[in-house]
Amino acid sequence: MQTKVENNKAWFLVMPVFLIVAFSAIIPLMTVVNYSVQDIFDPYTRYFVGTEWFKQVMLDSRLHEALLRQFIYSFTILAIEVPLGICVALMMPTKGRGASVALILVAIPLLIPWNVVGTIWQIFGRADIGLFGAFMSYIGVDYNYASNPADAWLTVVLMDVWHWTPLIALLCYSGLRAIPEVYYQAARIDQASRWAVFRHIQLPKLANVLVIGMLLRFMDSFMIYTEPFVLTGGGPGSSTTFLSQSLVQQAIGQFDLGPAAAFSLVYFLIILLVCWVFYTTIMNMQKDK
Amino acid sequence: MAWMSWTLPTALFFIGIAVILVGMTTWQIVSPCVERRGFLPLATTRGDRLFIGLLSSAFIHLGFVAFTDANIAMATVLCAIWMIILMRWG
Repeated sequence: MQTKVENNKAWFLVMPVFLIVAFSAIIPLMTVVNYSVQDIFDPYTRYFVGTEWFKQVMLDSRLHEALLRQFIYSFTILAIEVPLGICVALMMPTKGRGASVALILVAIPLLIPWNVVGTIWQIFGRADIGLFGAFMSYIGVDYNYASNPADAWLTVVLMDVWHWTPLIALLCYSGLRAIPEVYYQAARIDQASRWAVFRHIQLPKLANVLVIGMLLRFMDSFMIYTEPFVLTGGGPGSSTTFLSQSLVQQAIGQFDLGPAAAFSLVYFLIILLVCWVFYTTIMNMQKDK
Repeated sequence: MAWMSWTLPTALFFIGIAVILVGMTTWQIVSPCVERRGFLPLATTRGDRLFIGLLSSAFIHLGFVAFTDANIAMATVLCAIWMIILMRWG
């Protein structure tokens, strides 16, 4: 009979990961903390300023507006992508060649790099050469994402929905496939309606994948940079300037390293808080089961 | 290390965090903790309460810096009291 050996040697196997994370995340984060309390002119000329940058960042109305836009954007795309993703997953074929074809077609937007997605929609939305822009002109809508903030928002939201609904759809599709056939048989015996099957069988079984999908989409949209940067450049004005773009403008555009570091720490804390709330919710949901 | 632009307060801050982590690990090895439920609306381990305490302390400090002109040390004292309450009864 084999006896189970218990010791702490496995921790040595974790060391390489710890070293990589230290170099890629912990040391840069520590540097950002150091920058956030100093006014840095060049590597040799720097002055300690205490919490001044934090006060400036916390009271900066441009950043408040960017944060508000960021929350509106993230919740808007979640409100569209989650129901739409579930609908797409429910409509996808479950057997045969149709299922494979549907899976490949749905997954295609996920394979396209972010900057290419921005470029595709930049062309797609143009009234002179783009299909979407030309269609809007054809039906008499004065659509121009480069000069009208509402049109810019519509395009940015549509772009994200096109790009990321497939992720929710694929997660839900896998969740739906994991439901045993006996549940549906029981529902048929009870003559349950289509809605009742969805409400009492499919939706509860999808809860876990939906929380993971929502977490991924929230985090990703909260840190969005490339697509709006390529599509609208944050404009018109600053109507589609989200947090990460404000941060880049400050850090690289104006080279204000101190305020940018304070800003990124506040940004990091907000993301950490939201991550923790989602993580705790997921873990408690699993415990309740 | 010069490229990291160290200052004394940030160095002390990170030493503090490292000491807390080492201390908590030692405490866990010496007397492993059990998940329990205090005044927080969820069952937590010692490590969970530390994380919640550190994160909320960060936000308390930010609030102090943004909305008051009081000395930041006051926020630190307030957070220390909050951490003790949270670790003991949270």
